[in-house]
Amino acid sequence: MSHKPEQPRLMKGNEALAESALRAGIHAYFGYPITPQSEILEYLTEHGRQYGCVVLQAESEIAAINMIYGAGGAGGRVMTSSSSPGISLMQEGLSYMACAEIPCLVVNVNRGGPGLGTIQPAQGDYFQATKGGGHGDYRLIVLAPSSVQEMADFVFEGFRLAEKYRNPAFILTDGALGQMMEKVILPPAGSLPHPEKPWATVGKPKHRERNILTSLHIESEKMEKVNHRLQEKYTALQREARHEAFQTDDAEVLLVAYGLSARICQKAMELAREKGIRAGVLRPITLYPFPSKAVAGAAEQASNVLVVELNSGQMIEDVKLAVNGRRPVHFKGRMGGIIISPEEVLAEIEHIVEHTQVEHV
Amino acid sequence: MFEDRKMETMTAPAGMELVYRRPSTLVDTPMHYCPGCSHGVVHRLIMEVVEETGIQEKTIGVAPVGCSVFAYNYLDVDMQEAPHGRATAVATGIKRVHPDKIVFTYQGDGDLAAIGTGETIHTVNRGESIVVVFINNAIYGMTGGQMAPTTLLGMVTSTTPFGREQPVMGYPLKITELIAHLPGAYFVTRQAVHTTAHVRKAKKALQAAFEYQGHNKGTCFLEFVSNCPSGWKMTPLEANDWLEKNMLPMYPLGDLKVPGRN
Repeated sequence: MSHKPEQPRLMKGNEALAESALRAGIHAYFGYPITPQSEILEYLTEHGRQYGCVVLQAESEIAAINMIYGAGGAGGRVMTSSSSPGISLMQEGLSYMACAEIPCLVVNVNRGGPGLGTIQPAQGDYFQATKGGGHGDYRLIVLAPSSVQEMADFVFEGFRLAEKYRNPAFILTDGALGQMMEKVILPPAGSLPHPEKPWATVGKPKHRERNILTSLHIESEKMEKVNHRLQEKYTALQREARHEAFQTDDAEVLLVAYGLSARICQKAMELAREKGIRAGVLRPITLYPFPSKAVAGAAEQASNVLVVELNSGQMIEDVKLAVNGRRPVHFKGRMGGIIISPEEVLAEIEHIVEHTQVEHV
Repeated sequence: MFEDRKMETMTAPAGMELVYRRPSTLVDTPMHYCPGCSHGVVHRLIMEVVEETGIQEKTIGVAPVGCSVFAYNYLDVDMQEAPHGRATAVATGIKRVHPDKIVFTYQGDGDLAAIGTGETIHTVNRGESIVVVFINNAIYGMTGGQMAPTTLLGMVTSTTPFGREQPVMGYPLKITELIAHLPGAYFVTRQAVHTTAHVRKAKKALQAAFEYQGHNKGTCFLEFVSNCPSGWKMTPLEANDWLEKNMLPMYPLGDLKVPGRN
């Protein structure tokens, strides 16, 4: 059977992600409205039926994540989405699901915080997404799209990784990528196979042991064993680290940025190169596992590293761990929902270069 | 080996009639519950119904946080353990992707009527076709006897050492009455298991609830007014007597909503 190649469509990031989820064959989506991601819930309530997908507006993000826990535990391919304050409410459920090893996809269309914050785009939830977020030692698989195309593609990638490793996957994007319209070629429906889930709670046939999904292991020895198993999984996950590099081979200033910031940095890189400054950009695609080796390798070529984020400096900690003191690591960020401009980044690059030259004199 | 043991517990010695046995759907293991506790009786009743109606293969349970957090150690069906208060949300997720399966939650008063009130109300209000088994013993047993939403006025607990005082801690929450008012509730009943007569009635209610779930017309909600000898600091007999005299006037037994009647 041959598929007609998909025609490019002009879509909002949130809608491309939602359509991609339907094409990924999700059985259920549970969500709660919050700006700037409500289009995902709206799109799915309108189009989910055609795909036979359960779409339910929950009474809260707490209920939504627990519906995901139930439906995902029962073997469904399931997804929820929210924005920062709602993602905070989901942390309890994510901790339970990470421990009970239930695959699912959770999307955070990051807005400015802390607190109720602002509905404008930000990257202030990096720590929450990549360091666990809820209680206990666990990690999510975190993907950071930087285009509407990737908003669509990473839904497939998120489920592939979540189901391969029996772990919640997480798309960390932001209000700008969610709201902006770009050309996108959607992945074909039905192209993501459904793996067997022999652990799922689907009703116990006579001759199999009952399936129990729990995060409770009250005996410390058992709980430690579960923790060891999770840690082994996270170690195995490191091989999935992904990044994208732009002109890093000859870069004297290595920019490290993810998502929206990475695109801004690409523009800043072009401006810098027009001025004769050899800048390059390394974009982590997976924020967990973090592409530490790639960052360290690219940093070796450069004399300075500049991390650019829409926060007060969160990913910079992982960059510093990767660079391990071998190069100076600088930071430039904006907060409160303000999107940094390429010119601001360029000014920082120029400042770093000038400062370095003075030092060399 | 397992089959031998099963035979031993399931058949009567020669010349004797078998009048009682453990249902095959209840795991053959000692329970962690305190002597006299209602949990064991309600566990057994649920599993008797599951066995007798032949629904083990399509039944999925959700355990709460509280004394019955280990319910999955005893109930021989697929189960998920929910975060505190979230059992009905978890059950909603399961039922929505498996509408042909039988899904039940098993929750205590703290879980269902304090931290999980929102999930409880909205699950019933959506008319999710699940069975909710609600154990009301007016106390937090697992954490050592603290006040529950259903703790009676004047009742002493470890966090109401002078008795529950209404101006400070408000009133006992009759959540089952609240639930019965919701159009999504299909069958709502309040039962007890502190005497054999009550156990028989309670089983009939459970039979009805699991049968009604097959109608897919709304939530079946069963409260069991229960004891907590350890939390109440009484012997099992004293606790049953106290339940009869103090709990039942506040939480009267009977059906609150029956299909076709209300």
